[in-house]
This record gives sequence, C-alpha cells and structure tokens, in this order.
Amino acid sequence: MRKVLLPSLIIIATSLLVMRIFYLQIVDDTLKLKSENNAIKKKYEYPERGYMYDRKGKLLVANQASYDIMVIPREVKNTDTLEFCQLLNITKEDFIKKIEKATVYSPRLPSVFLSQLNKSEFAAFQEKIRKYEGFYFQKRSLRDYEVDFGANIFGFITQVNEKLVAKNPYYNSGDLIGRQGVEESYEDLLRGVKGVKYIQKDKYNREIGSYKDGKYDTIAVQGEDINLTIDAEIQKYGEELMINKRGGIVAIEPSTGEILALVTAPSYDPGILVGRQRSKNYTELYRDSIAKPLYDRGLLAEYPPGSPFKILTGLVALQEGVIDDNTTVFCNRGFSYARGRFMGCHCHGGALQLHRGIFESCNSYFATAYMKTINKYSKPAQAVDIWSKHVKSFGLGQFMGYDLPTGKKGNVPDSKTYKRIYPNGGWRSTTIVSNSIGQGEVLMTPIQLANMMATIANEGHYYTPHIIKKIEGHKIDKKFTTKHETTIDKKHFKPIISGLFDVYNLGTARSLRVEGIDICGKTGTAENFAKIGGVRVKMEDHSIFVAFAPKDNPKIAIAVMVENGGYGATIAGPIASLMIEKYLRQKITRVDLEKRILATSLQSRYAKLGGLSEAVKLQLRISDSLLKKKTTIPTVKAKTDTTKSNKQAI
Amino acid sequence: MKNQSITNNIDWISIIIYVSLVILGWLNIYSSSLSSMEDTHEKQLIFIILTIPLIFIVLSVDGKFYEKYASIIFGISLLTLAGLFLFGKTIAGQRCWYAIGSFTIQPSEFAKAATALALAKYLSDTQINLKEVNRQVQALAIILLPVILILPQPDPGSALIYSIFIIVLYREGLPSWYVWTGFITILLFVLTLILEPQYVILIALVTLILVHLKSRLADRNIVLSSILLVVISGFVLSVNYVFENVFKQHHRDRFNILLGKTVDLKGIGYNTNQSEIAIGSGGWFGKGFLEGTQTKGGFVPEQHTDYIFTTVGEEWGFVGSLVVIALFAGLFLRIIYLAERQKTKFSRVYGYCVAGVLFTHFFVNIAMVVGIFPTIGVPLPFFSYGGSGLWGFTILLFIFIKMDANKVNEW
Repeated sequence: MRKVLLPSLIIIATSLLVMRIFYLQIVDDTLKLKSENNAIKKKYEYPERGYMYDRKGKLLVANQASYDIMVIPREVKNTDTLEFCQLLNITKEDFIKKIEKATVYSPRLPSVFLSQLNKSEFAAFQEKIRKYEGFYFQKRSLRDYEVDFGANIFGFITQVNEKLVAKNPYYNSGDLIGRQGVEESYEDLLRGVKGVKYIQKDKYNREIGSYKDGKYDTIAVQGEDINLTIDAEIQKYGEELMINKRGGIVAIEPSTGEILALVTAPSYDPGILVGRQRSKNYTELYRDSIAKPLYDRGLLAEYPPGSPFKILTGLVALQEGVIDDNTTVFCNRGFSYARGRFMGCHCHGGALQLHRGIFESCNSYFATAYMKTINKYSKPAQAVDIWSKHVKSFGLGQFMGYDLPTGKKGNVPDSKTYKRIYPNGGWRSTTIVSNSIGQGEVLMTPIQLANMMATIANEGHYYTPHIIKKIEGHKIDKKFTTKHETTIDKKHFKPIISGLFDVYNLGTARSLRVEGIDICGKTGTAENFAKIGGVRVKMEDHSIFVAFAPKDNPKIAIAVMVENGGYGATIAGPIASLMIEKYLRQKITRVDLEKRILATSLQSRYAKLGGLSEAVKLQLRISDSLLKKKTTIPTVKAKTDTTKSNKQAI
Repeated sequence: MKNQSITNNIDWISIIIYVSLVILGWLNIYSSSLSSMEDTHEKQLIFIILTIPLIFIVLSVDGKFYEKYASIIFGISLLTLAGLFLFGKTIAGQRCWYAIGSFTIQPSEFAKAATALALAKYLSDTQINLKEVNRQVQALAIILLPVILILPQPDPGSALIYSIFIIVLYREGLPSWYVWTGFITILLFVLTLILEPQYVILIALVTLILVHLKSRLADRNIVLSSILLVVISGFVLSVNYVFENVFKQHHRDRFNILLGKTVDLKGIGYNTNQSEIAIGSGGWFGKGFLEGTQTKGGFVPEQHTDYIFTTVGEEWGFVGSLVVIALFAGLFLRIIYLAERQKTKFSRVYGYCVAGVLFTHFFVNIAMVVGIFPTIGVPLPFFSYGGSGLWGFTILLFIFIKMDANKVNEW
C-alpha cells in the first residue's frame, strides 16, 4: 500500500492533465477562434461591385465614392464647432450627441461620425479636414444609380446583419450585402470576392509583419458586370404610366423568357436609399403599409385572374376534345348552369362559337366548355386533377423559378383543394364552375399572367422568365434556356390566338388598337373587397389586361394589373397597348391614350381604403411626397370614374 | 579508466529521457524567444552546455560521499537560503537570488536536493521509527527548516514543493492519517470555495453518518465521529474567514479565476486566459515549430519560464503535449522503480524524494498552465528557462543516478 501511493498519484495526476489538455485542444474549439482574434488580424480589401446594364448595354447601376467621417474622441481638440457643423450641415446638438456616442463606444478607437457622404457633400469639408484634429475620413464605394427607375428590380445595398454574419463565414460585421432584387439574387457575382491579408500581431496589438509570409493572403476579385434583360426605355415608360396608380406590369420576350419590364407602383427613386438620408427614407418606405412601395406587385400580388383565364379554359377544353371551333353555345345574356343558378354575361348574346366567345369574353361559352371538360370524366375529382395538370403546365400554381428573390405561387385548385373545402363531398362541375372565368379558387401573379401570354404567343411552350441577360465570362443558368412544353397540342393555339387578335379588332379592346401593330390581348377584371371600418366593402374592380404582339413572330408578351382601376380596357388595356407600341416602335402614335393614362390618378380611390386615420394619412402623404419626386403631371380627379363606355368588359 | 567507471551501471533510460526533455525544452525556449527579442535561447544553451561538466562532477564523486556529507550539504544550503535576507537580490518583488556579475543564482533550486539528502540520511538510520511522535517531529523539522526560509522571500511556489516529502515519509512509515488529513483538508478547502459552507458541513455530516453505519459495531465511535464533525465544521467556517481576511487580494483572485468567479481577462485573469488560448489553439498536431501565433505575438507572459508548456501545446498540439507528459511520467515511474530496488534505505528515500520533487514541479506547473491550479510560480523541470533551475534539477537527478549505479559496488 505504502509503495503504490506515489506511483498512483503520478498516474492519476498525469491523466488529469491529459484530460484537461484534450479538452482545451480538441473539445473546446472556441479557443482556436480566440487565438485567431488574438494574434492574427485580417485586413480586407473590398473589390468594386459589378455594374448593371440593360439589355441594350445602357448603364443602369454603377458605383460612386462615398466618404465616412471618422472620429477618435480623445484626439478631438480645439474644434471650431460652428464652422464644422456648417460644413457638414448638422446642428450643434447633433455634433455633441455624435461625439458623446462615439466616446461611449470608445474614446481611443475610431468610430463613424457621419456616414455615406457623397462627393459634393464631402468636397467642402475635405479642404478643411486637416484643421480638425481627431477627425479623418474613410472612402467607401456605394451604388450610383444612373436612372431613377427600376428600384424593385435592382434592390439595394445594406449592411449585413449579425445573424447572417454568424451563418455565412464570408461576411464580416459591417460588410455590405445586396438586398432584394438583382442585388440579392446575383449577390455572389456582383460583390466579387474580397481579398484578405493576414497580419501577425503582438500582444500590444502592433503589427509585426505578414503572417506566414503571406502564404494565405488572397487578392480581391472584382465583381462581375451584368446585363439585365430589362429594356430601360419601356421600364421607365411603364413606371411613368403607373404614376398615381397601384399595380404591376410584367413584360416578357416570349422567344427567350427574358423579362423586358417589371414595374410595380408605387415605386421610388433607387437613389434615395444611398447616402445620408437612406435610413430615414428606408424607414418611411418600410412603414408605408398601405401603398407598400417595397412590395413588388409584379411578382407578389396574387389576384383571381378573371377573363384572361378563359384562354386556358378554352385550351384545356380543346385539348380534352370536348369542344372544337364549331361548338356552339347559346348565350342568353347569361347562363343557367343549374337549377336556380345563373351566371350573368356581358356579351352580345345569341349563338357563339369559340372565336366570338373569346373576343366578346362570353361567360356562358367558357362555363359550358369548362363543365364539359369536368363532366367528360365520371368522377369530378379525376377531372379536376386533369384540368389542374393542364393549367399547371403553364407555370401556374407554383414558384416559377425566376432569378429574383421574391415570389408567390398563386393557386390552381385540384381535387385535394375541394376535398378540403367540401369534406363531405358532393361537389360537381356546377359547384366549381366559376373557375372557368378565372373567379373561383384560381389565383395568379402578374408575372404568371405575362408568362401565360408568352406561352400562348409561343403556341405551347415557355422559357422560365429571368432577369439576367449576360454575365461576363459566365454562362447563364441552364434552366433559363430549357424549353417547358405545355400539355396542350400546338394546333389548339391557332383558333385561340385568332380570337385574341379580334379582341383588338372587334372585341373588348377595339378602342385600344395601335395602327400597324397586330396585338392579341384579353381584358380582365377582378372583384375585390376591403375592410373599411370593420365592414367588408366591395371596392372598384382591379383592372387587368394581358397581351402579346405582334401576332406573327411575337416579340413581347405583357400583363398589366392596376388595383381598383375598373374595367380591363379602362386603364390596364391602354397601358399594355402603349407599352407594346413603345417597345416595338420606340415612339407613341396613340398620344391620346398616353395623355389620358398619364393624367389618370386613382389616389382618391386609394384614400378610401381603410378609412384612413389621420396618422396614416399623414404617413401616406409623407411617402407620397417621397415617391412622387418624378411626378410632374397634375392630378386629374379620378377620370376613370366617368368613363363607363367599356361595359362589356369583364 | 575513470571515464569508464562513471558510465558503469548507469541507468540509460533515465538519461535518455532527461536528455530528450532538455532538448525539447530548449527548442521551445528558442521558439518563444523569437518574440521577446531577448537572447534567452542563447543563454539557455550556455546553461545546458554547462550541465555537462556538472553531470561529470556529480557522477565522478564517490557514491558514499553524498550519504556521508548529507548533513553538511544541508547545512550549507540552509545558510545560503538564510544569506538571502542579507545579500539577496530582489527581482520582481522576490528576494531569492544572489547576483554574481550579470548572472543570478537561486539557492532554493539547490535546497531541494540538499533537503532530500538530509531527509534520506535521517531516515536511513535503522533506529528511526516514524510511528514515534518525536521522530515525526524531527523528520518534519528537516522539511520545514528550508520552507521557513523560503516562504518569506516570498516564494510560495518553491515552498509548496516541500509538501511532497510527506508522501516520502508515508512510504517510510509515517501513519496514514497524516496523508488522509492533508487530503481531506485540501478537499474541504476547495469544496468550501465552490459551495456555501453549510452545504459542505452537510456533506461532511452525511459522509460521517454513512461511514459510521457502514463500519463494524466495534469500530463505531460516536464520540470520535462527533469531534471530527465539529473540527470539520470549524475548519470549513474558518476557510471563508481565512480566505477573506488572511489571504491577500491577489491570492483570492487566483482562486476566484480558477473557480470561474472572476472573469477579468485583461487583469489578473490574463495569464491563465492567454495560456489556455495558446494551448487550445494547438489542436491535434499543433501549428508547427516556430509557427505558433500566440507564441510569436508574445501573448503569454513568462512564456519561456513558467509558461513554457504553452509553446508545446500551441506548436506541437495534443500529440506533442502527450509525448512530453509521457516522457515526464515515464521518468518519474522509472525513478520510483529504481528507488524501490535500492539496497540501502538512504538511496531509496533519496530516490523517492527525487521522483516526488520532480513530479510536484511538473504537476503544479502544467496544472497552472492549463488552468486547473491557481497561478503559482513553479518552473517545469528541464524545460523552463533558467540556469539555477536546470542545474538544481540536474544535480538532484544525477545524484540519484550515481547512487543507483553504485549499488552494485556496495553489494
């Protein structure tokens, strides 16, 4: 016993030490990190962010130098505060507050005194900066927007949040990152790769040379310049047409799926999110929960599509062989689809075939076609699923996979949907007939509407819509060059297209014709309701229009949606026609239409929304003044209220 | 002819471990010296070279010499310690050096070998029975004499080392309750610092009741158990008092850091924190020789002396640390093995002392470096920078190697 005490002690103690060292070196990995923070300093070299051009090579987004004024509170001496504040256009209280804040952070370390000054703001101060001890500046690169539109497409740059810093090792606190739009979806390409220099420090935080002779150092890689598929001309034009309205426009090139324009209204000048006022401006945009300027209606707003959906109803019926060109339906200014159930119709009535059914937008015709499709199969569930599959092959009811960070799926009901709504069964073709005219459970976003038109223009296939045209030295994603075939045979598109063509010649859009351009289009109207003072109130319909042109070899497919705009042909139709003319001809012959649309303001209708409290009204006014920087057209009071000529449009 | 007799019967295993440790130690001092701009590695190389004649002398002296002159050596050693009060040089608040020109020498490093010799000499008398109280007092006096001289220098680290001699006495017949008492005292002390005193007393009470119930009826002694409880309670309650009133603030801080109660990484906690960071950053295989960023940055204070093991941890990783620890443990066990097979009680006791002293240094040093022992200045044998330490340990070890080689002649 006495002999073993010391050896045992040695063995136990040694094991204890080994265990502790194992814990420190292998188990606890925070120490490794601490060591790096301790001894190695990383100096980053930030590359310049890639530029954005439009499809024709017009520069849209570049970079500008900006300056942060830095302060080391301890070193601030004998400052002529008055002159200093004048130069930087701040108040003396601001100055004191900022210095105090910096002192609280650290009296010895530099902190940002004033950030993101532009060249002109900085110029005057630059000459005198040497006079102010304790102040110096740091140059940064910020976005410089060459245009005042496209804010929803570009997105913006902001400081990366701490959550992402923890998740993504590339980013460090204080780095900038793209948010929303192209800045977010092509962040990796645009930002480039920052360079790192590893520097060995000693315990006094002095730099004592490069770490391992720079073995791990990397040089910065420039961000890639990219071309967007956007056509700057029509993007700008679309935003102008949408002034004083709310809604979205999406234009797509059918042969490629390239997004030519993506307009949301209201929007804002992208430049206001750069510079000293950016956070104030952003807060205002963000807080505006009524007009929602940060909400991209072109991608996110889901609506019942209304009449444009009749196109798909017709195509599916043709494909299923339940109708043909000559199938005749008698419309009695409406349609009794079941005992005591009547669907009204605004067409001229009488016996109709498919062609007139389309250009007169006859509810009876498409309700009949839809019921025939559903009744073809013995079980409605099976029939609805087949119908659903056809419709989904147009990219509906799903995320389309485009290269922008936001989106909505929309909705295409199938048998499961109805099982949920009617758990006890008993639903039949008559129960769900409103799907036929785009009023049932079907929901679509403007980009889905535009893509639907592109697919019809292509007679049965589409390419996933995308916003990226060209990246220097890279190929664009293969999914954007892959053809998606619909389940509808090509031959069925011919009669539909001819019907859509006559919408402009004989139908609901005949007042919108543009001489020399063969446009195929379809009006639409979506009912909508708002809660005003707790009561569900029917609001003015959303105005919808879809089109493509020219009829042969189409170059543009477009969907326009204007909230509370009334009939499809009232506002959305003219906007679509003007956009098409602008794109195909680069000039406008329908100046009458242009003038009317530019002068149309729906603000008075929007003001009704929600019975705005004084506070909200104030907020709306603030953001409107912010948004309407570019508004020059005098507001004409709700002109559309008096135009009731297009009654037959649904 | 003489050379041959020096290496005769010598224990090569111990020598190889010793040489390995010295070389590894120097490599780490070299690495850590790169940050300090001082020529510590050059000086240490001189110290190492000077150990060669030292070893030669130690091995050349007749084996009987150490036993014969143990008391005189001890006496001289005590005098050198006492002389510090008159002629000592104060470095960093500690008066434990003699200055000879630019060199300084620390007599406490040699006093351990002298004490070990004296203790061995005292116990080698076959008349000595450690069961007798007056023998116990005499033996403890030998140990406490140098401690009394060292403590006020102040050098609590060196003084602490002498506690290991209790284990040696136990090996030679000291009643086991000494060891138990010491062990329980330490346990209670630590427990009281971690837990509230009342909980510690509760634990003691429960333990005593359990022991009482478990033991045979004849052995049950309610009076003794009660006295024990009272003593323990008194001790536990006094710990807080001692801790708050007798200890100085920097002592308290050292314990508090260890217990995680104080986290002041810039001040008193800096050493331990930096030391843990350096070791922890080593990982499995370390950053490589001369590649330690913490070592290069000079983040660990006293890295070439008391904190030399951080360089091992950082640059050679877990594997390297394991090798060094294994070398040490191997050396200690080897010495104990050799001690147990000595024919004379004198050399056995001395061998035990050598193993004990080296082990205590090793454990206290590394335990402190890895943050499981309060900060206390104790060098790592053969590794830490410093001539006195290296020579002291070398002499300590090689006297035993000489004794071990000599045993055949005695036979």
